[in-house]
Amino acid sequence: MSTLPTHDFKDSRSPDFPAAALPLLQDTQLRSNVRHATGVIQAKRAHVVGEMPDWQALRDAGQRIRAHTLEYLDFYLEQFEQRCSAAGGHVHWALDAAEANHIVIRLAQNSTGRVIKIKSMTTEETGLNRALEAAGISPVETDLAELIVQLGHDKPSHIVVPALHKNRHQVRELFSRTMNLPDLGERPEDLAEAARLHLRRQFLSTPVAISGANFLIAETGGVCIVESEGNGRMCLTLPRKLISIAGIDKIIPRFQDLEVMLQVLPRSATGERMNPYNSLWTGVHPGDGPEEFHIVLLDNRRTEVLRDPEARETLHCIRCGACQNACPVYRQTGGHAYGSVYAGPIGAILTPQLAMMERGQSLPYASSLCGACYEVCPVKINIPEILIHLRGRVVSGRPKALRALHPEAVVMRTMQWIFSNSTRFSLAQRSGRIAQRPWIRRSGWIEKLPSVLGGWTRTRDLRPLPAQSFREWFHARHRESPLTSNRPEAHHE
Amino acid sequence: MRISLFITCYNDTLFPEIGIATVRVLERLGHTIDFPYAQTCCGQMHYNTGYQPEAVPLVRRFVEVFRDSEVVCVPSSSCVTMMREHYEKIAVASGDKVLQSEVAALLPRVYEFTELVVHRLGVEDVGAVYPHRVTYHSSCHSLRNLHLGDVPIRLLRNVRGLKLIPMEAGDLCCGFGGTFSIKNPDVSGAMLEEKLQYIQKTQAEVCTACDNSCLMHIGGALHRQRANMRTEHIATILASDSEFRVPSNGAR
Amino acid sequence: MSDLPVHDPTSARSEILSRIRSANGKIFGADREPTVDESWHTIPRAYRRSGYLADPGHVQLLTERLVDYGAGVYQCQSVDVAAKVEDILRSRSKQKILVSSDVDSNWLSQDGPKFVYDDAFSYSEIESCDGVLTGCTVAIATTGTLALCHTFDGSRRALTLLPDYHLCIVRASTIVETVPEGFRALEAHRLQPITLISGPSATADIEMTRIQGVHGPRVLDCVLVV
Repeated sequence: MSTLPTHDFKDSRSPDFPAAALPLLQDTQLRSNVRHATGVIQAKRAHVVGEMPDWQALRDAGQRIRAHTLEYLDFYLEQFEQRCSAAGGHVHWALDAAEANHIVIRLAQNSTGRVIKIKSMTTEETGLNRALEAAGISPVETDLAELIVQLGHDKPSHIVVPALHKNRHQVRELFSRTMNLPDLGERPEDLAEAARLHLRRQFLSTPVAISGANFLIAETGGVCIVESEGNGRMCLTLPRKLISIAGIDKIIPRFQDLEVMLQVLPRSATGERMNPYNSLWTGVHPGDGPEEFHIVLLDNRRTEVLRDPEARETLHCIRCGACQNACPVYRQTGGHAYGSVYAGPIGAILTPQLAMMERGQSLPYASSLCGACYEVCPVKINIPEILIHLRGRVVSGRPKALRALHPEAVVMRTMQWIFSNSTRFSLAQRSGRIAQRPWIRRSGWIEKLPSVLGGWTRTRDLRPLPAQSFREWFHARHRESPLTSNRPEAHHE
Repeated sequence: MRISLFITCYNDTLFPEIGIATVRVLERLGHTIDFPYAQTCCGQMHYNTGYQPEAVPLVRRFVEVFRDSEVVCVPSSSCVTMMREHYEKIAVASGDKVLQSEVAALLPRVYEFTELVVHRLGVEDVGAVYPHRVTYHSSCHSLRNLHLGDVPIRLLRNVRGLKLIPMEAGDLCCGFGGTFSIKNPDVSGAMLEEKLQYIQKTQAEVCTACDNSCLMHIGGALHRQRANMRTEHIATILASDSEFRVPSNGAR
Repeated sequence: MSDLPVHDPTSARSEILSRIRSANGKIFGADREPTVDESWHTIPRAYRRSGYLADPGHVQLLTERLVDYGAGVYQCQSVDVAAKVEDILRSRSKQKILVSSDVDSNWLSQDGPKFVYDDAFSYSEIESCDGVLTGCTVAIATTGTLALCHTFDGSRRALTLLPDYHLCIVRASTIVETVPEGFRALEAHRLQPITLISGPSATADIEMTRIQGVHGPRVLDCVLVV
């Protein structure tokens, strides 16, 4: 369990997106699984969203609730802390992943040497499981998909459906082996039953549980967990001690604001009108549930994201995964190509920012800017806009010496120079026509291009530059044009 | 009306027949075209690749060149998207108040080609003849940014002899994405591979769109595969009539 | 009680708050005009905040949604609840039922299964029951949601969690159409533990095939009292 490869964004050995994607593109089983799963969720989402005449109004409210919260984030965090504490909860603050893990580990110590866990991307982000194991505590994942990922020594590939990349046969093989069930059936029902029995024993005998949180409610000091299987309810209710970790961006102002979030989240995430179970609690409820409750508020660079006015919207994310399901790039690669716990469109903007733009620099470019993500985002994060902005930060963030010499920058400067003068532009067109000659095949097309442009011709031919550009044609046709603006000479340079 | 043509840098260089076709259609509808030679590029490539400061002079140039135009026609959804989504922002970021007001004044007069014909000129039948089986690819920019909707379809429906075949998964990106196709050629290729399945399933002779960027990408693959389908920009189709055939570049 | 942390507990807190204030101050200016409250009230809420289904449309809709989830749904008048409950439990072969304190004692027939109330039961005592019978604070028709508000003395969360069967009695007067109306009704209970149940537990984690009943009650029946 402790030898999970660290290919996450904190690891500089993580391959960049194009390199990471290549082997995944060749994995036809994976591509087929991803296509099937995202297709199913997308169809369900379209159906339940189509039922809502006020969907756009809900998105507007969702966007404004999140923006407002971030604008007054300090106020709401303090209010949450005060109210949660008053209800018997212990509120801890963690600047970074290491600090969060340290706090959790200290609190999680217990005589069984185990903790039960509800799925939490935040704990993946901090690498909590590895840290727990290093401290001699075994984390037991209780979500079916997380269980699959854990037993398979794997990494999640989707925010909402982490085992998207595995089919039933692969899961059956895994359970049969790890739970010692040689006669295990292959139907999804059989697999779920095996998981139920395996985990019930854990729920009833483990004194400490760890969870994330979908929403923290400032007004009440309460926490909301959104789930489908019931393992969340088990972990939140049965153990003696509950420890929750949440990014500081999980907070919403008031109880009433759940009326928006709990409409847009289930419909966007799993295409349901409502997910099976939503649990709300505040601090400690004597006689009902854990006797001790701790919540760790995590920064881990979220405050950095807040500083950038063009990109802080990234923190609006409610982790629904709709952007991943809609993304044509994710559809081909699945989540592992993004080298981070956060994949797909939201991963492409969140991961590099959480890494201070020092890593994950290929991620803002891992997009064709098609806009499908923005269309489905329930809180209207303009992901394409932020991608472009982050590309600008990657470029301007290069060390000064490199900035001028980077081959791409040289090309861009040259192109800008060419575009800044129309005579130069015409000349460049003519030069291009001459330069391409050795590359034109007998078919009349170009079938192979050199170096970085070779990527194009791997799967596509290219029509060569034609003998006459449009402006040359127009000029020939309108030699006697009376309008000054139409004469090539009459323009500013 | 006097319509100024912004041909776009890549059409000018690679697909001049689009300009020829656009001129033909608009003249056939009784309008005059002018072509300011000072034009070059809208700045999209620089802006989208992360070279935002480099785009500013290109924005300035565009505004200067077309400042006095009555109406500007652009046969490329992606370039019009660049202008509508980003020009104001770029002008604000430059701090140049004059540029800001000029951009604001000019943008309402800039149209993508099919938008111009249907919304501004109020025409859905441009008198075209094109007896072929055609399928229409809605580029992401035309779909999600310009919200062209069925404007191109309405134009195609009125083309005599044209059989329009609908395409499944019409909102799926073809995988071009500008510099994305160069920086992520394998993923771009995989996206194209899937899109081609839907395109070829239509068994059309021609795949058309409002963007040559997509068509260059799709057409390049169709050609590599020696498919029976070719790509044609919608302007070419709309320009075709019994008297006029858009001159091919001999490279087909 | 937990021991004090080894690191300084206040340094992260002050650092984080200071970073937030610095980031927001730079963008919005140090002295913002609207107060937090005022700003919260500017959030546009043009979405539907109340239903427009006429009685008994919302009962009908709730029934449809529950049936969609695979729950059993029954309807009866108030005087017939006890008999109906007895019938359902017999047809499900239930012999020992845990009863939540929000269940009206008139709804418990003398014949039929044994009814027990929670008396600080251990988890295995709870598990020894065949099922649990509860009321419901508010039900949301559009989403088929049953909202249970818990109290430690008789309706704690474990009661509806461990048994494999849940029978829920819903008064028609507590059914609302929309989610916002549901939350308005829950507002008075916002400091209690609340469980929103929308169908039996399910997962779609294996090839996106929805499988019912992983943890939590696998069978859910509802009686709507009209």
